[in-house]
Amino acid sequence: MATSIDISDLNIYYGDFLAVEGVGMTIRARSVTAFIGPSGCGKSTFLRSLNRMHEVIPGARVEGKVVVDGQSLYDPSVDPVAVRRQIGMVFQRPNPFPTMSIYENVLAGNRLNSKRMKKAEADDIVERSLRGANLWTEVKDRLGKPGMGLSGGQQQRLCIARAIAVEPQVLLMDEPCSALDPISTAAIEDLIHELKSDYTIVIVTHNMQQAARVSDDTGFFNLKAAGEPGHLVEFNATSKVFSNPDDPSTEAYISGRFG
Amino acid sequence: MSLLEERRPAAKPTAMPLVAPQIPAYAPWLAAVLAGGIAALAGLLLGWSLVAVVLVAWALLVVGLPAWSAAIEGERRAKDRLVTTIAWSTFALAMIPLASLAWEVVENGHAIISSEFLTYDMRGVLGAGGGIYHALMGTLIITALATAISVPIGVMAAIYLVEYGKGNRLARTITFLVDVMTGIPSIVAGLFAFALFTMIFGPGVRFGIGGAVALSVLMIPIVVRATEEMLKLVPEELREASYALGVPKWRTIVKVVLPTALGGIVTGVTLAIARVAGETAPLLIIVGTTTTLNLNPFDGRMATLPVFIFSSVTTGGKYDAEQTARAWGAALVLVAIVMTLNLLARAVGKVFAPKTGR
Ligand SMILES: Nc1ncnc2c1ncn2[C@@H]1O[C@H](COP(=O)(O)OP(=O)(O)OP(=O)(O)O)[C@@H](O)[C@H]1O
Ligand SMILES: [Mg+2]
Repeated sequence: MATSIDISDLNIYYGDFLAVEGVGMTIRARSVTAFIGPSGCGKSTFLRSLNRMHEVIPGARVEGKVVVDGQSLYDPSVDPVAVRRQIGMVFQRPNPFPTMSIYENVLAGNRLNSKRMKKAEADDIVERSLRGANLWTEVKDRLGKPGMGLSGGQQQRLCIARAIAVEPQVLLMDEPCSALDPISTAAIEDLIHELKSDYTIVIVTHNMQQAARVSDDTGFFNLKAAGEPGHLVEFNATSKVFSNPDDPSTEAYISGRFG
Repeated sequence: MSLLEERRPAAKPTAMPLVAPQIPAYAPWLAAVLAGGIAALAGLLLGWSLVAVVLVAWALLVVGLPAWSAAIEGERRAKDRLVTTIAWSTFALAMIPLASLAWEVVENGHAIISSEFLTYDMRGVLGAGGGIYHALMGTLIITALATAISVPIGVMAAIYLVEYGKGNRLARTITFLVDVMTGIPSIVAGLFAFALFTMIFGPGVRFGIGGAVALSVLMIPIVVRATEEMLKLVPEELREASYALGVPKWRTIVKVVLPTALGGIVTGVTLAIARVAGETAPLLIIVGTTTTLNLNPFDGRMATLPVFIFSSVTTGGKYDAEQTARAWGAALVLVAIVMTLNLLARAVGKVFAPKTGR
């Protein structure tokens, strides 16, 4: 069931501004792929082009090919809504729905698409998702309280729970742990390991150890110079990237000798 | 322990002065009372008018309090006191017309308010007696109809402008037209409705729905503007969160964007209602007035509170005193309706405001 993603010659624009240039890679099914790279090199931009969230921004467009499960993602006949149901996303900044309680936030994906379900089934999904995001013990006594009342890190875990509650085929995670303490980070990494058996996972991270710990493949993005578009420098198995990278700049970035 | 104590620097009194001399917290009140007392005394001795006394008291306060503060607290605090005093004075100044208006209406209107006044119409009444039931119902029906027309149109127009138009030429044109509409004089809205319905139904047409249409012309731009501003406040991230869950755009708007903005939209709509509930000119033209109860807005003239007030005080003649009394009573009822709507708007805004739980 799980889905692989083939990307070739992808150029991503914001209006006339070319943000990411010439990316090509294959994201394997049932694996974890990590993207690393300096700030502003286009990791989020690239990630958002994988579930057609990029085009939500006015003027934003994409050239090139993204093939998911044999179907071209940017084919005119493809429905972006259907794409996003299969390819879920956790954003860099937590964004729970302010009008909804914790419980409703977790179920938002199901409820907003007006999927009918029994109370017991809904309770089950909520508990499973919150446990997966390591939030259950903290909120189980106040599920009816507003999601905005949680701390920043708790909100981020709530968003993770919300994303996995709809059981997408692919899960895109943009720095999901940047606001989390080591315990929750470990829990999220456990979750990633667990989800890997069924889902395809793509994660952006600034934490080298995390990339090394959780991922099977790693892509290193970089900017040639300030103002130039970001591009993919190297894409290899994580073990290779972290021990014996092809490109000297990858090695420099990973070992902290960057510049 | 000794280590800790050693590390702590010895308190040097001059190194970091955080304490400054202050005049007591009740100083402004004391200064106000003193200024008032001195001015009143001088006024009594010199035979000033009340206005003069108030002006002198105010001048004394504006000079005296900052001077006192400057002597003890220093220049920065004195400036703060001066500006605070001026801000309070302008606030009080702004409250004077409001308070006196409310007082005037209550004083002149309360005597006539009775269950008869609120439940009888004016059929066959010449002198005392009668009531405003017909006008009250007319105002409620016409305003409700105007709301029913303008809220869907206004909210949907705002949704188009914010969610779909996003700065394209059509959206910019609509925004411009809405801005122009905001400035339309109400009498022109009335003439528009009159011309429109005369064209359709022939000359001399008078009915409630025409008034509702005229009021809608005034209401729609307010509703569009208020809704637009509230929708713009909804963060883009929430829409993206919804899209990323595979929710279509229209459902995102209905289930995420509108609920998040609902408090502000409801407040805006209620204020728009309050704004048009007291309109007189357009109703005078297209609805006319009558002395009997007419609950059918599609047939014949209807009385409304503003027009009732207008005709009561302009008719004149033998029963002028009774008519003026009824006009004040109707004015009180109208003000009460508008006030209630405003309070309702605040309550509703609170209820629907996104909850932070903090
Ligand atoms: N909405 C936008 N409109 C225009 N340009 C944008 C927009 N979002 C990002 N960019 C630009 O695209 C480039 C890549 O940004 P992106 O957010 O993808 O970086 P990133 O690698 O995720 O950085 P970080 O690690 O800081 O999150 C940057 O030059 C940025 O200024
Ligand atoms: Mg980013």
